[in-house]
Amino acid sequence: MRAPEPGVEIDGFRLGERIHVGSMASIYRLEGLPLIMKIPRLGAGERSANVVSFEQCRMVLGALSQSPHHPTLVAYGDVETTPYLVMEYIEGTRVDQWLGRAPLSPQETARLGHALALALHEIHRQDVIHLDLKATNVIYRASGQAALIDFGLSCHRHLPDLLAAEFHSPVGNWVYMAPEQIAGERSDPRSDLFALGALLYELATGTRAFGTPDSVAQLRRRLYRDPPPPRALVRATPPWLQEVILHCLEIDAAQRPTSAAEVAFDLANPGQVAITERAERTKRESFQKVARRWLRARNFSPSAPPPPATDLAPLPVIVVAIGAQETAEPFFEALREAARRRVAANACRIACMTVVPRAAALTDDTPTGRHIKQLVSLRRWARPLGLPEERLTYHVLESDQPAAALLDYATVNEVEEILMGAGKEAAQIVTQAPCSVTVVRAPPLS
Amino acid sequence: MGYGADPVAVLELIEAHAARGAIVVLGNHDAATLGRNVHGMNLQALTAIAWTRKRLGKRHVDFLNALPLTVREDERLYVHASAAVPERWTYVTGRRQAAQSLEATDARMTFCGHVHDQKLYYTVATGYPMPFRPIPGTPIPTGRHRQWLAIVGSAGQPRDRNPAACYALADLARSRLTFFRVPYDHGGAAQKIRAAGLPERLARRLERGA
Repeated sequence: MRAPEPGVEIDGFRLGERIHVGSMASIYRLEGLPLIMKIPRLGAGERSANVVSFEQCRMVLGALSQSPHHPTLVAYGDVETTPYLVMEYIEGTRVDQWLGRAPLSPQETARLGHALALALHEIHRQDVIHLDLKATNVIYRASGQAALIDFGLSCHRHLPDLLAAEFHSPVGNWVYMAPEQIAGERSDPRSDLFALGALLYELATGTRAFGTPDSVAQLRRRLYRDPPPPRALVRATPPWLQEVILHCLEIDAAQRPTSAAEVAFDLANPGQVAITERAERTKRESFQKVARRWLRARNFSPSAPPPPATDLAPLPVIVVAIGAQETAEPFFEALREAARRRVAANACRIACMTVVPRAAALTDDTPTGRHIKQLVSLRRWARPLGLPEERLTYHVLESDQPAAALLDYATVNEVEEILMGAGKEAAQIVTQAPCSVTVVRAPPLS
Repeated sequence: MGYGADPVAVLELIEAHAARGAIVVLGNHDAATLGRNVHGMNLQALTAIAWTRKRLGKRHVDFLNALPLTVREDERLYVHASAAVPERWTYVTGRRQAAQSLEATDARMTFCGHVHDQKLYYTVATGYPMPFRPIPGTPIPTGRHRQWLAIVGSAGQPRDRNPAACYALADLARSRLTFFRVPYDHGGAAQKIRAAGLPERLARRLERGA
């Protein structure tokens, strides 16, 4: 079946300019509407996977709740007679336009990565895994928000995976594909984090982490061979960025960050990234280590995917807000006890936070004496928790409106819960917060 | 029927639905109550069947005797067990049995039970049908170019440690299928089983959901 020409009318939609012709589908603008129509290539000589991918795309997009991070499905045609999908036309810049200018500055890489990680988190928490993240499938809107497109290879963990039985060779983009996808695993959201890491690597260095494989043997190299550390290619790569990128590119999914929200958090708070040996690497792994991994890779079996997000507390960050003037130890201990219960229940991070009034002279983030004093008290509060460093972050926000600053932080960083005392801002925070808020009090004196 | 202490109430409820046009097919416990196909049943099941039989009147027996093994309505087939040989009550416990059931019919959708847990099988280009464990409340688009086999699950005899009853709704206009779980007074049902002197295990099973 030939792709229809612009001007043709299908179910009342008039096709406009053809903006994409791919191996699986063609995409048209629709005349007079902010919409596009995607028509799969079907018929003699075309792959049967095209129709399954079309069906999968329709099913997953139809199940996603509306958000700026993916197109909204507007209408669709019957698979048997006139298959098509009509969806929102997303205006913006695609990642490949930035890749042309790579290496980008660390700040720009982090900004793009942060927006993309938030978009991934949005679909992951609805239990959708994209599985085909690549430069042409990410569009940045004028607002800076990232939108993911083309869900033709995606998987929704509440719906049957129609593609699971369809392919014999690894399906997806070989440049960015995660090791477990090579082994046929399609239900691990951390596969998208690997692809995110590979995209960030390319943005930060201008080089593809794993080249451009053109055989399965070359594709499988990523099961044992690590890419050169970004710093070996771009000397100025800051340790925190290399840490985030290489953490996402861990071969074993269980070693990667636990969620896209965690990556977003790190990219938005470079000063808080827990630095490990990854950040310092300047060379690839030794020959012996790679050889050992090569031996193991012959029987590579992926880590078990985590249970669907609906079974888990979805977000990893809990803010503990401590008033700058607060000193009462019984209250501190009550707050610690509340934090301990959260930590014991799930693998969350505790973000210790205080808001101080903006100093007139202070125009940037230069730590002042006052700033340091607050950080010291936050650390003193947190020390008895006995948490490893990567589970704790410290933030001194400067604002004359403490409640607004806290709410803004909670929104941008997808915070799960705020723990705080019953100060005068509590009422405003409780009513306006985008998450749960627990007001903690010291136990009454007996 | 054949598990609980309320066979007459259940049967009369179903009779009323049938009078309003509901589709009803015969199940293996119903057949056993009629004295057919009792071989292969364990002692507890036989005890319960014998107890049930004594409580049914002629009207109830006539109703059961008139029930078909399968009902075909447009593209849909309703059957208690595998559609391959319905009177043999074969369990659809895996992809091979699902394939045999789907091969036996050209119906686009098969609704069955017998196996107590909810499951959805769908045909793929190559190999046996794929299994899927539905998430209650999530509508599943059921494309018309495939065959689907829906095990709706049981109302009252779960095996997955969740005592809630199972049902499913097929939205024919939009080609969507949604599985549901609904809680009911399973504690009350278990007490009635004990009070009737039926085997203790039948009561415990309702409470434990397994």
